[in-house]
Amino acid sequence: MKLWPTTVHWGAPRTLVAVVILLLLAMLPMIAHALDSDYYVSFGTRVLIYALAAIGLNFILGFGGMVSLGHAMYVLLGAYAVAIPASHGLTSGWLQLLIAVSTTVALSAAVGAVALRTSGIAFIMITLAFAQMMFFGAVSLKDYGGDDGLTVNARSLLGALDLSNNTTLYYVSLVTVLVALYLSWRAVLSPFGLVLRSTKSNPRRATALGHPIFRYQLTAYVASAVICAVAGVLLANLTKFASPSYGAWTLSGELIVIVILGGLGTIFGPVVGAIILLVLEEALPMLIEAVLPDYKTNWMLLLGLFIFIIALVLKRGVFGSLKP
Amino acid sequence: MTAQLALSQLLNGLQLGVLLFLLAAGLTLVFGIMSFVNLAHGSLYMLGAYFGAAAFAKTDSFVVGLVAAVIGAGLVGLLLDRFALTKLYERDHLDQVLATFGLILFFNELIRIIWGPSSVFMQVPAALSETIEIGGFSYPSYRLAIIGAGIAVALGLYLLIQKTRVGMLIRAGATNANMVAALGVNIKWLNTLVFALGAALAGLAGVMAGPIVSVQPGMGEPVLILTLVVIIIGGLGSIRGAFFAALIVGVVDTLGRAFMPTIMRTLLERSTADAAGPALASMLIYLFMAVVLAVKPQGLFPANVGATR
Repeated sequence: MKLWPTTVHWGAPRTLVAVVILLLLAMLPMIAHALDSDYYVSFGTRVLIYALAAIGLNFILGFGGMVSLGHAMYVLLGAYAVAIPASHGLTSGWLQLLIAVSTTVALSAAVGAVALRTSGIAFIMITLAFAQMMFFGAVSLKDYGGDDGLTVNARSLLGALDLSNNTTLYYVSLVTVLVALYLSWRAVLSPFGLVLRSTKSNPRRATALGHPIFRYQLTAYVASAVICAVAGVLLANLTKFASPSYGAWTLSGELIVIVILGGLGTIFGPVVGAIILLVLEEALPMLIEAVLPDYKTNWMLLLGLFIFIIALVLKRGVFGSLKP
Repeated sequence: MTAQLALSQLLNGLQLGVLLFLLAAGLTLVFGIMSFVNLAHGSLYMLGAYFGAAAFAKTDSFVVGLVAAVIGAGLVGLLLDRFALTKLYERDHLDQVLATFGLILFFNELIRIIWGPSSVFMQVPAALSETIEIGGFSYPSYRLAIIGAGIAVALGLYLLIQKTRVGMLIRAGATNANMVAALGVNIKWLNTLVFALGAALAGLAGVMAGPIVSVQPGMGEPVLILTLVVIIIGGLGSIRGAFFAALIVGVVDTLGRAFMPTIMRTLLERSTADAAGPALASMLIYLFMAVVLAVKPQGLFPANVGATR
């Protein structure tokens, strides 16, 4: 059975759904302007940023079988790579991006090298442990806000692009997501991706075939961390804020939820998952308010149940259940 | 002065350690036998604290609170096992992590609906509210009682698992669950028993911690993460490992928090050290865990778990 297409089948349900969603995402700012509601532009940006981070996680989780419960740490790193230089007056987006990517490559290579000595449940826990270390590390940065986080006064300057305009930031995020989608699609189909996928289904056999799987896994881990860091850069620009909570383990958990919700090991699944989860988080309070106004703030109860049921019944995710 | 401070911090560390052991014992057994990752174990701890606090406030008897917490949490564990989680035991760890992550959100919000978002006050039982003089410094007798109770439970567990028939089945189940089932033991019943036992122990930890921590929604998560660190360091499925690792983690964490800022002050400016010290102290145990896993991926006291899924 072919799990993913090597060429694009334009008539297949998955392709159609992906194209429709991308078209809607491309038109979202215009629709929001027509409705005179700028809020939906920043909401859409948040969805795209979460989708981007989930694309990064999906690369190792969906294709490499590495369950990382600590990927929020790279989002945190990306956010602080914007906030800390910005607090010193360095608002060049390229510089911030360079800092984010280089620190992430260095850190994730070190963390990955240690974490990949383990597998299974121990891998889940050791990634969680490193993320917790980063979290407390960020808390200890007293000069940069410590516990309270750090406000970013000016959004990054990306050449001629003015990110202080919400719509510009939205389209920059959208293009980044498209680039990440394209790159992960190409990577998964490449010989590299083939070996990565084989390490998921049978690492012992992949080793026996002569592939140095540790190198493949580590490369994939670093690549996925970098994507999450870029998401962090965008997130700090969106919220004009960086705080240790960006590295909280609940965010790592949410990213896993997004990946599974969309469809583990599908290229476009994380985008679908992010849309569903964030729209749900937005809609649930309103829905409850309409029925039981007293319990408006308790929407997390339903979200928790929803996640539980998803884990129980949905084996291939929403997007993954469609015919490729 | 410093020696006494160190000693009292050591006792605090032991007290945290035995609480962690109560949580870790259940979690590691459940993992060993069912190969199940239960992130919602911290929620059972939280439920225990709330059940205990409610019963204590109602009846004015701490013993009733204890019993309510143990039985209540055990019952919730039993129901969870029977009606919600059985299907997940066969699934891979990813689904288990996801489902129990959902349960955490669910339980936190449930508690918030029933008891409100602010913390619930729980008194130290009157009989244990005094302090005791040990070697020239005074120490709260309640904390000593926690240490004593924890060690007693650890001993009881050891006897249960090493000397009884049920314990033999549990050990056999941890080594090879399929073989035990093939020999005619009702493995489902064994699973439920172990899960409920673990839940009851978590509830016990919750109610004992109640008077010294703040009883509030979400109180289970920090403890859960510490417990996960414990069972990884100790070796998954190993009760003995959980015991030693819990004590190590408890002591390292407490001593780190107590003395790290002072040590840092000799290196850094005072205000910076005061801020960075506690946070770096929080990193200590994770650093420790990373080193242990890097050197010994199986943990310090690996159990002979047959199902290494």
